[in-house]
Amino acid sequence: MDTVITGLGAVSPAGVGTAAYWAALVEGRTLIAPIPHFDTAGFPVRLGGTVPGFDPHEHLDGRYVVQTDAFSWFAMVAAAEALRDSGADTAADPYSTGVLVCSGAGGVEFGQRELAALCRSGPDHVGPYQSIAWFYAASTGQVSISNGLKGMCGVLVTEEPGMLDALGQSGQELRRGTSAMLVGGSEAPLGSPFSLACQLETGLLSTGEDPGTAYVPFSEEARGYVPAEGGAVAFVEGSSDARARGARVRAVVAGHASTFSGVGSMDPGGEGLLNAALGAMARAGVGPDDVDVVFADAMGTPKADADEAAAIRRLFPRGVAVTAPKTGFGRAYAGAGALDVAAAVLSLEHQVVPPTPHVSDPPVGLDLVVRVARPTPLRTALVLSRGAGGGNSAIVLKHPDHA
Amino acid sequence: MKREAVVTGIGVVAPGGIGAAAFWDLLTAGRTATRGITLFDPAGYRSRIAAEVDFDPAAHGLDDHQVARMDRYVQFAAVAVAEALADSAAPLAGVAPWRVGVSMGTAVGATTRLDREYTAVSRGGADWVVDPARTAPHLNLALMPSTLSGEVADLVGARGPVRTVSTGCTSGLDAVGYAAQAIEDDLADVVVAGAAESPIAPIAMACFDAIKATSNSNDDPARASRPFDRDRNGFVMGEGAAVLVLEEASAARRRGARVRCRVAGFANHGNAFHMTGLRREGVEMARAITTALDRARRPATDVDYVNAHGSGTVQNDRHETDAVKRSLGEHARRVPMTSIKSMVGHSLGAIGSIELAACVLAMDTGVVPPTANLSTPDPECDLDYVPMTARERRTDVVLSVGSGFGGFQSAVVLDRGE
Repeated sequence: MDTVITGLGAVSPAGVGTAAYWAALVEGRTLIAPIPHFDTAGFPVRLGGTVPGFDPHEHLDGRYVVQTDAFSWFAMVAAAEALRDSGADTAADPYSTGVLVCSGAGGVEFGQRELAALCRSGPDHVGPYQSIAWFYAASTGQVSISNGLKGMCGVLVTEEPGMLDALGQSGQELRRGTSAMLVGGSEAPLGSPFSLACQLETGLLSTGEDPGTAYVPFSEEARGYVPAEGGAVAFVEGSSDARARGARVRAVVAGHASTFSGVGSMDPGGEGLLNAALGAMARAGVGPDDVDVVFADAMGTPKADADEAAAIRRLFPRGVAVTAPKTGFGRAYAGAGALDVAAAVLSLEHQVVPPTPHVSDPPVGLDLVVRVARPTPLRTALVLSRGAGGGNSAIVLKHPDHA
Repeated sequence: MKREAVVTGIGVVAPGGIGAAAFWDLLTAGRTATRGITLFDPAGYRSRIAAEVDFDPAAHGLDDHQVARMDRYVQFAAVAVAEALADSAAPLAGVAPWRVGVSMGTAVGATTRLDREYTAVSRGGADWVVDPARTAPHLNLALMPSTLSGEVADLVGARGPVRTVSTGCTSGLDAVGYAAQAIEDDLADVVVAGAAESPIAPIAMACFDAIKATSNSNDDPARASRPFDRDRNGFVMGEGAAVLVLEEASAARRRGARVRCRVAGFANHGNAFHMTGLRREGVEMARAITTALDRARRPATDVDYVNAHGSGTVQNDRHETDAVKRSLGEHARRVPMTSIKSMVGHSLGAIGSIELAACVLAMDTGVVPPTANLSTPDPECDLDYVPMTARERRTDVVLSVGSGFGGFQSAVVLDRGE
């Protein structure tokens, strides 16, 4: 049984909604800007991709807003869009639909606020919502509660690859009898100065000051990535269920695989990413000539980029279109894989490969789509993802007409 | 042929004893490991008691670099992994690294380190914009708990699917459930699964103080964790780790492994009701139990022992009692149901795996651990909780139940195979 995506939602540095996200991707718009949440003068990293003018009260009931961190707001708003988009009636049997939202760092801004209260004023000043706002499961719990969904509940923390792994796992759950899943990932790592300070030690964050050149993977100027916030959620179900209710199938989740390369090692040599891609393609039953576009991980450091490019060249000896639209807005950790999956679904739907913003020329031997979007027939997309936690994942998505 | 996951080794780091043998001694003696907090100064806190692990990482083979890099909960996991691999007697020999997975749970990750380091870089909370120049090393590893499964994967040499599961207090059951599913679905042949937690730190204690979820029986810590007792007043925080080695059943038998039990069924459900509140009726937990039994192809009447969530909060114990009655029917009154949290406390994400280790030991030894401190049962909790003293009983089918913030309800069924 195929897993199909029949609903999609996103909150990104382009704003709320998949329509705004896709419009920015196709244009290759620059969504990187100085981090507005606090004074970054003392930080070597000052640029980020943040969701512009996001007011949770415009989208969520106030009682949810007070008890959650921004990473859960993004997940809840994206989940609501995905549910609406699916047109599914999840209320008929609340046990039929599960929730699996990935997290990376949890509710860091909420957590820092309560840590500050504890340090300054003592334990009596820690609020009652700290126990449910900071932890990594907050988004899944709130998405389940706010939508009345009682199916399987899961939370994976695999940093960037989380969404890809969650889609794979949701396929396992659907085969065991759950009818549908809301699957996503979200992150809000920039609202807390402490959280940003923690991220610095990886040495992977760009210290660039110019939004146009700070995050330029696969180029000689590559100097790390720009961190971002946001997330995306997909509504997935079995293909026969989707057909039976006449749902619009936006993409088919054809195959997933994940590998591990060592803590903090970022997949030396690209072997882990290569094996993940080979595994996902084998499970999807596709060969190199069937894949029309690769959504690259695009870490943005010379070594990681070279390793990924080498892996892509080995996978596709006759070449393939490669893109990394996240260079326009940054890497949102647990939200990054989710936003990449959303970009791939939208790309298949529109038959357009969005460009890799800010990278002006493709590197030798890699057909990186730069400068402008490329309209082209697209049957199958391969999404690649790596995390500082050591995981590498790949997922194959197919256009429903070619599944 | 249908692939099945079996347990071939366990490792435990729990309050009151490190190693499965010491852990089992404590539980079967009905001793409690709850005491006044020593890991930080709890003056001013509502709950000043916990079940702590007396832990010297160097004595358990961790080198200086590991001790510096790994948070306390990861150190617990590392020690439990070593014991589990030894217990399983070389489960990885001849297995390709990309067929070896890791599935580890934690609810709050490196809270302890983040709490301590935040205090340092913010000058005691004075500065919202902290000084990044003051940060200690390894903080990014602390920020994202994917580190837990990553460190375990590096220790065992796993290069297959590696996951950190963080469904709050059901993480320890879910991590093992997912691991079994990964084997069943041919994504891996061996999965090192379990969970770890070290939440006995100011911010974690304070946040449970704030909602009065933890016991304030500070004058009588040894008797503070009282699941199903009339005088219970909340859970007692714990810490620790447990690791189970899961293998594909036929491969385990081929290599002559000692197969301890099968992970026969797993399911979880959200209650879609409240992040911390429970509806008394326990409908969703009952549903998780029923689904797990269905997946194990076991009727409710097969269950020989229920390892309860039994946290010792007023609402949990009634909710759970009703859920078990709802799912097991009349059989609920005939089956022993015990809470080891009465002895080792509630270690949040870790406890589900620690409880599964206790279930494996119960099956191994024919002994059901008791519910300590249960001297005056709550009249609304009227099942057989095996008060105070362990009971000899052969158990072939064991159900372990968990419940946690977010509304998550999980159930795992272990048996000896068909």
